Amino acid sequence: MARIAILNYIRRPSPVHELTGTAKLIFFIAWSVAAMVTFDTRVLVCMLLIGAVIFRISQIRIRDISVVLGLAAVFLLLNNLFIYLFTPEYGVEVYASRDVLFPIVGRYTVTAQQLFYHLNITLKVVCVVPIALLFIACTDPSEFASSLARIGVSYRAGYAVSLALRYIPDVQREYRNISQAQQARGIDLSGKDKLFTRLKNSVAILLPLIMSSINRIEVVSNAMELRGFGKEKKRTWYMQRKLQRNDWLAIGFAIAVLAVGLAVTFSNGSRYYNPFV
Amino acid sequence: MAQPIISFKDYGFQYRAQASPTLHHINLDIYPGEKVLIAGASGSGKSTIGSCINGLIPYAYPGENTGQLLVGGKDPKKESIFTLSQIVGTVLQDTDGQFIGLTVGEDIAFALENDCVPQDEMKLTVEETAKLVDIDHHLEYAPHELSGGQKQRVSLAGVMVENVKVLLFDEPLANLDPAAGRTTIELIDEVQERTGAAVIIIEHRLEDVLWRKVDRIVLMDEGRIVADMPTKAFLTDTMLLEHGIREPLYLTALRYAGVPIREELEPQHVESLRLSGEHKEQVRAWYRDNEGRGGADAQRRDILSVENVSFGYTPEVQNLKNVSFSIKEGEMVSIVGKNGAGKSTLAKLVCGFEKPTSGRICLAGRDLSDDTIKERASQIGYVMQNPNQMISKPLIWDEVEMALLAGNMSVEERKERVEETLKICGLYPFRKWPVSALSYGQKKRVTIAGILVQQPRIIILDEPTAGQDYHHYTEIMEFLKGLNEQGFTIIMITHDMHLMLEYTPRAIVFSEGELLADTTAAHVLNDPALVQRANLKETSLYTLSMSCGIENPQEFTKRFIAYEEAHRKGQEG
Repeated sequence: MARIAILNYIRRPSPVHELTGTAKLIFFIAWSVAAMVTFDTRVLVCMLLIGAVIFRISQIRIRDISVVLGLAAVFLLLNNLFIYLFTPEYGVEVYASRDVLFPIVGRYTVTAQQLFYHLNITLKVVCVVPIALLFIACTDPSEFASSLARIGVSYRAGYAVSLALRYIPDVQREYRNISQAQQARGIDLSGKDKLFTRLKNSVAILLPLIMSSINRIEVVSNAMELRGFGKEKKRTWYMQRKLQRNDWLAIGFAIAVLAVGLAVTFSNGSRYYNPFV
Repeated sequence: MAQPIISFKDYGFQYRAQASPTLHHINLDIYPGEKVLIAGASGSGKSTIGSCINGLIPYAYPGENTGQLLVGGKDPKKESIFTLSQIVGTVLQDTDGQFIGLTVGEDIAFALENDCVPQDEMKLTVEETAKLVDIDHHLEYAPHELSGGQKQRVSLAGVMVENVKVLLFDEPLANLDPAAGRTTIELIDEVQERTGAAVIIIEHRLEDVLWRKVDRIVLMDEGRIVADMPTKAFLTDTMLLEHGIREPLYLTALRYAGVPIREELEPQHVESLRLSGEHKEQVRAWYRDNEGRGGADAQRRDILSVENVSFGYTPEVQNLKNVSFSIKEGEMVSIVGKNGAGKSTLAKLVCGFEKPTSGRICLAGRDLSDDTIKERASQIGYVMQNPNQMISKPLIWDEVEMALLAGNMSVEERKERVEETLKICGLYPFRKWPVSALSYGQKKRVTIAGILVQQPRIIILDEPTAGQDYHHYTEIMEFLKGLNEQGFTIIMITHDMHLMLEYTPRAIVFSEGELLADTTAAHVLNDPALVQRANLKETSLYTLSMSCGIENPQEFTKRFIAYEEAHRKGQEG
């Protein structure tokens, strides 16, 4: 079957891969909280540098995840664009000063404060996205469910993630087969037709796909019940690993980043670092 | 005698969603260590019995029951499905759906995880069970890296970890190639020997299950048990065909030859048959009398030629290696070989779904390389295995008309074409019906009609009869044969060796992406090396003819098929 994978587990020998899923999940959560809360440029730059080092250690290369990175970049650009369109003076408000660089039109002028605000927004995203992608690319999918369960998520919810990972490739394959067979009956999705026709045509593929997926769900849920899923309040995990020294170090480090980041951020009484005063 | 582990007493069941009961007055006892085959045509209620035993009824499929059922001494209605799952282990027909874990190890461990077994103990049990079914070297593998037979081993191991007392198999052979099916039957036998569990197999492919000893056969029809007998006694009876099941081929052949089937004959297996000299002479006499049955083929011109085609989904793997063959106009050809040998890939290349990396495919001498899927579709039709994968309109008429809407045909032209197609397919009386009102076999016809309406010269069918009982099998195949007689060229991808022998004079054999043989269907199964390399299986007719001293088993099979066809026509007329 053709490879459709955009973002998936990439098995490589690296210390990041060796960490347990639980450690990586906690790291990811702490890291994200830190980056979300702070607008302190100094903290963000430090995190960016640390993130780059971790990325390096993980043996994952930029081109492995280039598609998703590209998508993230597009979103980031749009995000910045809309922030500017709706609140062109927000930076001025936050940093309580106004240095006009040049005017554009009407109420839209470019100020140093607004640019600095955008820099911070961008930094925040650039800090989180690579770590999020690393989390997915370096964690064996088999460990996802047990990691979620260990940090307190119900195992039923955790297992739903696992099942999605298990069956998405099957559904993709089925989609491909059905769409090929329907194309042979004159269903054209290549874009030559009008939008409405194309929408109508996609129903011809989706309907059989949905029917077969519903059927699949029935089989899977029967199979799970027949083997005792949901019997106890808890369950054990075949793929769960005990936390090693490095896991504790990673967790400790993430919590330290979070603590230091927040401490530095709020040292001046606000989430923002203000170089303009 | 010991207590039965499963006991139905005057049991009846009606699904909540249905107007009338599915099971009537079932009386059935199954004892520990027994091996029982439950046979019956589609819709006979055999799968419902399975669901009663493993607790899906009433847990997942609610309904009303009468009479009494005890599983391991317990009433399923009062217990949870979990209690039952520790008594009965079920291997479902769809091993892909049953594969829940992301890897083999996780899947085998699934039941143990749910039981909160500590991890160390769990790893040990998984390792041991995996060894029992010979899958211990694949614990890290993901489902898509396994063959159908291997997935079934995983399913089996997954239910065996619970030390169940009953193993229930729901149509275990449906998705397997012939050799993998044979291995499965052997595996079930070994597992039973080691664990002493009672084994219940629900299957309509009688002959294949009988490859290993079966104690008892229960035959179902219309929700009732019509026979419950020891295997030997069961086979002496001629009731099978009346109930939509094909009896073992060697027994049919013996009957044709006038040999009475008695228990002393040891009829349960072709190799154990005790035929006297007189019996063998009867078979030989029948063979001589039927000389001249099965005629020769006429010379025709090439319609499809595949020339040195190679292809791989990824650059590292070659799914097809330098394949060449040609198909003549009006032929009916089988493409056979094990799962993953490249059969379906080939069909996709011919239809233009994928492009060959090298080589070319020609239709009536014209290179198809530059034709789009749509352009090819007007010449070459492709019918998927499961009709539900193709049907996308609620009404039969719309479904058949669909392919024509894309062209620029006038309304009258379209109407005429659809009517004509529906008539060919015997669906004209149903033209206003919703698709959902049809049986599986009729749905299959609708999908074929949806292809035929484009008036292709070639129709390619993927596993046209997979999972069908003998009645539906005959219905679909006779229909295809009728189409072939009207001039359509038909190519079938199949695992069914007797289908290949019965309906297609010629067979193309694939293994590991290579074309192994392109020869007569009868010859394919006569070449032991070929049979082994392609994961096929000779039919019991070969073994029978050899043991009767008939040196040309190909000819024996040919005459058998011709005789059977004449017999069938005689019955109808």
